[in-house]
Amino acid sequence: MTQLKDSNTNHLRGLTGLTADAVAGDPQWLQSLRADAAARFTEVGFPTRRDEDWRYTSIVQIIETPFATTAPAGVEVTAGDLAPYGLTDIAHHQLVFVDGVYSPELSSIGDVPKGVRLSTIRTAIEGGDAIVEANFGRFAKIEANPFVALNTAAGGDGGFVYIPRNQVIEEPIHFLFVSTSSDVPFVFHPRNLIVAEENTQATVVESYIGLNGGVYFSNSVTEVVTAQSANVDHYKVQRESESAYHIGTLQIEMAKSSVFSNHSIAFGGSLARTDINARLGGEGIECTINGLYRAKDRQIIDNHTAIDHAMPHCNSHEVYKGIIDGHGRGVFNGKIMVREDAQKTDAKQTNKTLLLSPDAQINTKPELEIYADDVKCTHGATVGQLSEDALFYLRARGIGRDEAQALLTYAFASDIVSRIKVEPIRAQLDYVLLSERALEGIL
Amino acid sequence: MLEIKGLKAEVDGKQILKGVDLVVNAGEVHAIMGKNGSGKSTLANVVAGRDAYDVTGGSVTYNGIDLLELDPEERAREGLFLAFQYPVEIPGVNNTYFLKAALNAVRKHRGEDQLDAMEFLQLVREKLKILHIDQSLLNRPVNEGFSGGEKKRNEIFQMAVLDPKLAILDETDSGLDIDALRTVADGVNALRSPERGFVVVTHYQRLLNYIVPDFVHVMLDGRIVRSGGKELAYELEERGYDWVEAEVAAAASA
Repeated sequence: MTQLKDSNTNHLRGLTGLTADAVAGDPQWLQSLRADAAARFTEVGFPTRRDEDWRYTSIVQIIETPFATTAPAGVEVTAGDLAPYGLTDIAHHQLVFVDGVYSPELSSIGDVPKGVRLSTIRTAIEGGDAIVEANFGRFAKIEANPFVALNTAAGGDGGFVYIPRNQVIEEPIHFLFVSTSSDVPFVFHPRNLIVAEENTQATVVESYIGLNGGVYFSNSVTEVVTAQSANVDHYKVQRESESAYHIGTLQIEMAKSSVFSNHSIAFGGSLARTDINARLGGEGIECTINGLYRAKDRQIIDNHTAIDHAMPHCNSHEVYKGIIDGHGRGVFNGKIMVREDAQKTDAKQTNKTLLLSPDAQINTKPELEIYADDVKCTHGATVGQLSEDALFYLRARGIGRDEAQALLTYAFASDIVSRIKVEPIRAQLDYVLLSERALEGIL
Repeated sequence: MLEIKGLKAEVDGKQILKGVDLVVNAGEVHAIMGKNGSGKSTLANVVAGRDAYDVTGGSVTYNGIDLLELDPEERAREGLFLAFQYPVEIPGVNNTYFLKAALNAVRKHRGEDQLDAMEFLQLVREKLKILHIDQSLLNRPVNEGFSGGEKKRNEIFQMAVLDPKLAILDETDSGLDIDALRTVADGVNALRSPERGFVVVTHYQRLLNYIVPDFVHVMLDGRIVRSGGKELAYELEERGYDWVEAEVAAAASA
């Protein structure tokens, strides 16, 4: 047992760069939270495939890779490097983090409505922000997931936005996490917090990208709090390099009549896992959680979602679509909990997977736990290949086999892409999906 | 233009075509009639290259090319067009994307320049006008939620845009009311030319009142057993198919 804890401590130190006194500069509340998180990780260590939540995804590669915790030196990132990933052509606010470190040169924060706070979370912590203190780590619990504990212990930087009562931020906010790793594996722990007070509105995009194709590990946590009647549109665009590891938790805490939607795109990473957990803690909530993921070569893309209906009269909608090619593997686990008090719940979940090769694999599992008796809950999972009839139809018009496949695959994905309201993100994804097979001329 | 000799084909081990012979020259319209299950739709699909069918004998030569050696897309690029009996719904692919990809693939093969967005739109608008089809069709996903008549009209519209040398219409009249039938026939007639051949597969003679064929062939049990002029279609309409069957049976036992 002691040996195991020693090994956990080593992993903790290796992945966070923590030594015993490293958190001394933080405010007291954060020091104790980080210490608790470190203790928690030391206690439980990494999950194994014996854990139900990690049954289909082995993280052995992450455990065995020696990661550096100091950023690669001397790598310059220019605005041009980021252009394909940015919110080009529309007004927006952008916070860029290069290898976990905020880059003021690459960031641009425009005018925001009165009382809105938009900064890095480290800046807010150092400024003694009471909102951060009140919300940070309160919803993404260190007990829930060892990687959340690891992230919390590490105390990394990320984006923070606070929207006070009745304010609307019209321009989308972009938190862009760029990795420059090439030769030396590197680990960092992005941490974001979005707090939307009563009757507010905002759009936030989180992007994770790798520029140099190296091995790195980004372990992110984002907490979103929507107060009464707040309306938050959130996007996660995961386009890490193909040898990267990405593990991320998105934790949403919703109050009465608030509206939240997330679109989670997962294209990158050799191993990528996203957990999205939403707690619907008031009446009349609308929660939408959609996703599009693609695994090719030997990629493993794992999506776990959990929607917790705790109160009556709430609606949740969920559509996840996966495209799996080569030796790729996908995992979808969609949990919907309807608690005893949550009468008149309307929850709908769909997972559709397209398998493009004989070696492509999907493990899909809907998980409904219903304790209320007057509810509407539906779920459906389909796994299939491209329709031979549709392929022949396209080919009989002169479109080549590869192109016809690409067109039908694009059509499968466009169902999710077309729901994205931030135009440059939609365009970016269309481009990725079409350009791979030289179809961009079609747009 | 098209020469089919002793063509045999089977699906799932069951022989459907048992030796079909047919010659179609440029400028001609051939009607192929026959009862359900006689093999006429199979013939259309084998010529277009659907791989659910195994060709077990015979040959199909098209403008000197061995058609059976080509993939379906290569046949289309060579100027062959199949109007489907059951056009496929393709949600998520809009008609404009689809047609542009198809047209540019065909043009590329012919060594012609790719059309840009403006030129393409101009061309399709012109064709829509000729066929009296509403422009909103362009922005809809391919055949999704179309009525039977709309699907068939969309087939004829695609044919007009792709400008094939040989068009095969597989029961394009099935399930159409008389107005839709007229629209489809008008579309085909507008495309008749000395350079283009048509093979019209149909169950009923009615379509042939509107698309008047030069030759009529009757298929029975995987073979063409009678060929004639357009009068043959009237005879079939009047007397049904049984007399053909009886004659063939008599000839076989003689």
